[in-house]
Amino acid sequence: MIRINCPYCGERDHSEFSYGGDATINYPSLDASEKEWTEAIFFRKNIKGFQFETWHHSNGCRMWLVVERSTVTHEIKSVKPCHPNLQKVVENNK
Amino acid sequence: MKTRRLDNYGKINRDKILSFRWDKKNYKGFEGDTLASALLANNIGIVGRSFKYHRPRGIFSSGVEESGALVTIGSKDRRDPNVRATTQELYNGLEASGQNAFPNVNFDLAGINNYLGRFFAAGFYYKTFMGIPPFEWGRGTAIWMFFEKFIRKAAGMGSASELPDPDSYEHAHDFCDLIVVGSGPAGVAAAIEAAEKKLDVILVEQDSLVGGDQLAENNFDNSRIKNQLENLGIKIMTRTTAFGLYDNCVVGLLERVTDHISAPNVNIPRQRFWTIRAKHIIVGAGAIERHIAFNNNDIPGVMTVNASKHYLNRYGVLTGKRIAIATNNDSVYETAQQLSEAGANVTVLDSRTNLEIETNKSFEIRKGYVPYNINGSKKIHSLDVSKSEDINKSETINCDQVLLSGGWSPAVHLLSHRGVRPKWDYSNACFLPSDSKENITMVGSSRGLWNKNDCIASGIAGTTDALNRLGISKTNYFFPKPGGWKNPIQPLYEVKYKKSRSKSFVDYQHDVTTDDVRLAHREGFISVEHLKRYTTLGMANDQGKMGNIIGLSLMAELLNKEIPEVGTTVFRPPYTPVSIGALSGRNVGKHFRPLRVTPMHQWNIDHGAKMIEVGLYQRPWYYPKENETLSDSYIREASTVRKTVGICDITSLGKIAIQGPDSSEFLNRIYSNGFSKLQVGKARYGIMLRDDGIVMDDGTSWRLAENEYFMTTSTGEAAKVMSWLEELLQTRWTNLNVNVTSVSEQWAGVSIAGPKSREVLNNCVDDSLVVTNNNLPFMGVTSTFLKGNIPCRIARISFSGELAFEVYVKSDFANTMMDLLWENAKKYDGCLYGLEALGALRVEKGHVTAAELDGRVTIDDAGLSKMASTKKSYIGSAMRKRGVLKNNDREILVGFFPTNLKETFNAGTIVCEKNNIKGQGIGRITSVTYSPELGHWIGLGFVKGGLDKWKDTNLVGADPVRNKQMNLKVVSPHMIDPNGERMYA
Ligand SMILES: [Zn+2]
Repeated sequence: MIRINCPYCGERDHSEFSYGGDATINYPSLDASEKEWTEAIFFRKNIKGFQFETWHHSNGCRMWLVVERSTVTHEIKSVKPCHPNLQKVVENNK
Repeated sequence: MKTRRLDNYGKINRDKILSFRWDKKNYKGFEGDTLASALLANNIGIVGRSFKYHRPRGIFSSGVEESGALVTIGSKDRRDPNVRATTQELYNGLEASGQNAFPNVNFDLAGINNYLGRFFAAGFYYKTFMGIPPFEWGRGTAIWMFFEKFIRKAAGMGSASELPDPDSYEHAHDFCDLIVVGSGPAGVAAAIEAAEKKLDVILVEQDSLVGGDQLAENNFDNSRIKNQLENLGIKIMTRTTAFGLYDNCVVGLLERVTDHISAPNVNIPRQRFWTIRAKHIIVGAGAIERHIAFNNNDIPGVMTVNASKHYLNRYGVLTGKRIAIATNNDSVYETAQQLSEAGANVTVLDSRTNLEIETNKSFEIRKGYVPYNINGSKKIHSLDVSKSEDINKSETINCDQVLLSGGWSPAVHLLSHRGVRPKWDYSNACFLPSDSKENITMVGSSRGLWNKNDCIASGIAGTTDALNRLGISKTNYFFPKPGGWKNPIQPLYEVKYKKSRSKSFVDYQHDVTTDDVRLAHREGFISVEHLKRYTTLGMANDQGKMGNIIGLSLMAELLNKEIPEVGTTVFRPPYTPVSIGALSGRNVGKHFRPLRVTPMHQWNIDHGAKMIEVGLYQRPWYYPKENETLSDSYIREASTVRKTVGICDITSLGKIAIQGPDSSEFLNRIYSNGFSKLQVGKARYGIMLRDDGIVMDDGTSWRLAENEYFMTTSTGEAAKVMSWLEELLQTRWTNLNVNVTSVSEQWAGVSIAGPKSREVLNNCVDDSLVVTNNNLPFMGVTSTFLKGNIPCRIARISFSGELAFEVYVKSDFANTMMDLLWENAKKYDGCLYGLEALGALRVEKGHVTAAELDGRVTIDDAGLSKMASTKKSYIGSAMRKRGVLKNNDREILVGFFPTNLKETFNAGTIVCEKNNIKGQGIGRITSVTYSPELGHWIGLGFVKGGLDKWKDTNLVGADPVRNKQMNLKVVSPHMIDPNGERMYA
C-alpha cells in the first residue's frame, strides 16, 4: 500500500486517493488544434523512475496533488497541491 | 493402541484431556497439542494421500512448511480443506479427516496412479492441451474439455464447503513505530531493545506461544519471556501471521481468533485481517529445515530432524523407536542426543567424512554415509545406506523412522515481497537476505545465524539499525557473520541411485520428483519460472518452503551452473494461505458495498414503493396498487402522468453548488452549449464532453444569482463530474475564481410532471403567482417557499415531454414536501411514479440517459448536434471533430418500433439487415418500454447511418441470448410530441 502525505490531511493510505494522470502536461487552450490536443491527451511517456503525477484526495480534503513517485519502487519524493495559491498556503504554514 | 507419549516430556497440559475425531474414529489428546502431535501420539502414521500418485503420506514437519499432513477440518458449513495438521491446535470435539483418498487414506483405490506415473509426469496438463501423442489426437481445447472433469476430480486436495460461511471476519488497523515479526531469540531481543528505547512495538508470532524455535528446547520457559515483554508495554499478537509486506512499511497480518476454540462465541470474528502501518519492520522469521531427495523419501515416518525435536520436547511424543538421521550439517546432533536419551535407538548418517562432534556417545555416527532408498510403503521397514562416494555398495539399517536435515533455508519470503532478491551463500548452502533500502531489517536465523547468542546480538543490532534509520540515534552496530556451526555444511540435495525406478521427491505437496525436474530440463523449461510452472514445483499451500532449493540445485547441476546463476523464484504474498473470508471481512451480503437512500426513502416505502438499486442508491421502482404487476403499475403511472399529474423522487441526481465571479465563464468552458448568456432565474440543459470529444454527462445548471449556479448531474456520473470540475479548477484553470461544492446530500428533489402539475404546485406554494406561465416560463427558475414556510427551489424542467417542474427543498423538509405535494396531487387523480415509468416517459420522448451515453457516444451520435456550440471553444470541441468521430457509418440515435406492433423486444437486441443476421449487425437497442401513449413497444438505440439511411427499410432484431428474433423499423427518436407543444404549455 502506498502512503501519501497530503499537505493538508497528513499521511494517508492510497485508498483515500484517486489517481489522476501525468502532471506535466500543459493542456493547450480550448481553441487549439486537433493535433495539439491529440498530443496532450493521447501521448504519454512510459517513465521508469520518478515521475510527476496527479492524485485527488477524493476521500479526504478533495485537493488535487502533484505527487513525485517512483514507478519502480513507489517511493514518493514530494507531494504538493496542484493549485499555485494552495501551494503558497502550504509553504507559508511550514 | 500403544501411545507414543512420554511421561516426563512436553509442555502440554495433561490435566486437560481433549477428545477429537480423525477419519470418523474417536481419539484423545491434551491441551497444548496440535492435531499433528495428537495424531503422532496416537500412532497414526498415514494422514493423507499425495496429489498425483496417491501415495500414503505422513507428517513431515512441525510447522507452516508442512506439505504432507494437509487435512480437512470441520464439517458441513464449517468444512475447511487443506489445513496443515502441524499448525492446527487441538480442541475438544475437533473433527478432521484425510484428503485425496477413497474410501480412506489407509486404503485408497486411486493408489494405482502410483504405477501410472508416466501419465502424470511434469507438464501433464500442458500436454493435454497440446493433444495426446503420438498423433496429437484431439489437439486443442476439445481434449482438455473431455479430460478436465476427471483431472479435476483426481487432482483435488479436499473440497471446500459449498454452503454459506457461518463465521464472521473483521478488518482491523493499527499503527506502531516498530513491528517485529517472529518471537524467537532474535525477535524478542529486538522488541525488548526497542521498547527500552521507548519505541511503540508490536510483536507478531504465528504460533500460539512466544519463543519461536526455543519451544523445541526441553527447558524453555515461555511464560517468563511473555511477562517480560508485556511489562515493557509491547503489544504481543500470537496466532497471527505476517503474510505480506507492502509499500511504506505496511504489513498485512492474519490473526486466527477462534480457530483453536471448540465452541467460539458467535459475536467474536473467526479471523482478523490487520493492516499495520509501521515506521520500521524487523523480520526474525526463522529458518526452515530442508529434506533430501532420494528414493521413496516420502514414506510415512520421514520427517525433518527439528520437527522430531519439537514433538519430543514440546508435545512429549517420541516419533520413532529406531531412528535413522541423515544429515550434512551440525544442527542434528543435539536432537540425536535428546532422542536417544528419551529411549530411541539412534543412528546418524553424516555425509561428511571429516568432522568433529562432541557427544555422549549414546548414539552411533556413521561419517561419510548417505541414505539412498527407503524400504516400505505405508510405513518404514528399513533404510538402504551407502558410503557417499559409491552408492552401489550398500547396507541396510532396520528402522521405523528416517529424519532428514539437508540444511536450513532462512525465511527470506517477507523481504522478497518487497522485491529484494536474496543472495546465495556458498559456505552455508542457503540464500541469505540482501539489504533493503526500505526500513526493513532481517535478524536471527532468517539472516543465516545458527547460534542463539548470535541471534540475540542480531536482534539488538536490528533495533539499533531501526533507531538510526528513524533518526532517533546514531549508534554503530554490527551483525554477527552468517553461519555458526563448528563443521562446515556439505551441500547435499539429492542422493542418486540409478538402478531404481522408485520415485525421489523434490516437492512433496505436488508430487514433483527429481525425474520431473530432469524432464523439464530435457524439454527446455530451464528458467526457474518455467520450471515452477511446468512441474508445479513450489506451488500450493507450502509454496516450496522445503523443496525449492532442491529443485534449484538439480537444475543447476543439469545446466552445469551454480545455484545463484539459475536464480530463485520470487516469493509473493501470502506467506501462508489467507482465507477469502478474512479478505472480504464484513463486506459481504448486504454490507458488500455502501447503501444510499434518499431522505424520503421511508416515505416512499410507506406509500407502496417497490425499490430498485441504481448504483449505490435505492430508488422507487414502481408503486403497485393491489395486485398490479410491474408492467401494470408502470403503464398506469406513465399514463397518469400524461393524463393528469405524477410525482417522482429524483433526489439521487448529483447536485453541485457553483459559486464565484468566474462561474459563468467556467460553465461556458465545460458545457458544449452556450452558457455565458444564461440569465439569472433561468436554467439550461447542458452536455459535458471529455477531453477526447466523447460525451461525459448531461444535466442542468440553474442560474440562481449573478455569481451562483446550481448544477444537477446524472445519478451515475455525479461523483465523476464533481472530481472533474475540481480537477479543472485546481490544475488547469487556476486563475478562474470559482468554488464548487457537492450539495447532493443537502437537497431533496422531486419531479412533478403532467398537464395538472402547475395546478398542484400552485396549491403548494405560499405565493401562487410564482408558478404562472409568465412568472415561471419553460426553463424558468425561482427560489420561493412551500406552504409552511419551507424554502425551496423550483425550475420548470421536463424530461417527460409534459409540463413539469423540479422542486428541491433542504433534505430535512423532504417528508413535509412529499406530504404536501401528494395531498394535492391526489385531488387531480395523480399518482406517485417510479423509475420504470420515468424510463417509459423519457424513451417515448427520446431523451438519452446512461444506457445511451455509455462512453462511446459523441454528441452527434446522440442526435444532439444542436447542443454543440459553433460560437465558442469548450472542453472536447477540438477533438469531437477528429476523423474517426466523423465517419458517416457511425451509429446514430434512432427510435425503434416492432414491425408487427404486437411484438416485444429487449434492450441488448442486435439490429441487422434482413439477409445479413450475424456479428455485431448494424446497430443495437439500448432502452425499451411499452408506450402507453402509442399502445405498443418502442425502443431507443443506435444504427449505423441513422434514421435517414434506414427510414423505410425492414430490419431484423436478433436477440440470441433470449433466442428471439423480430422485424423492426427505424423511426425518429422523438416518438411523441416532437414539437414540444405540451412541454411549453
Ligand atoms: Zn487531504
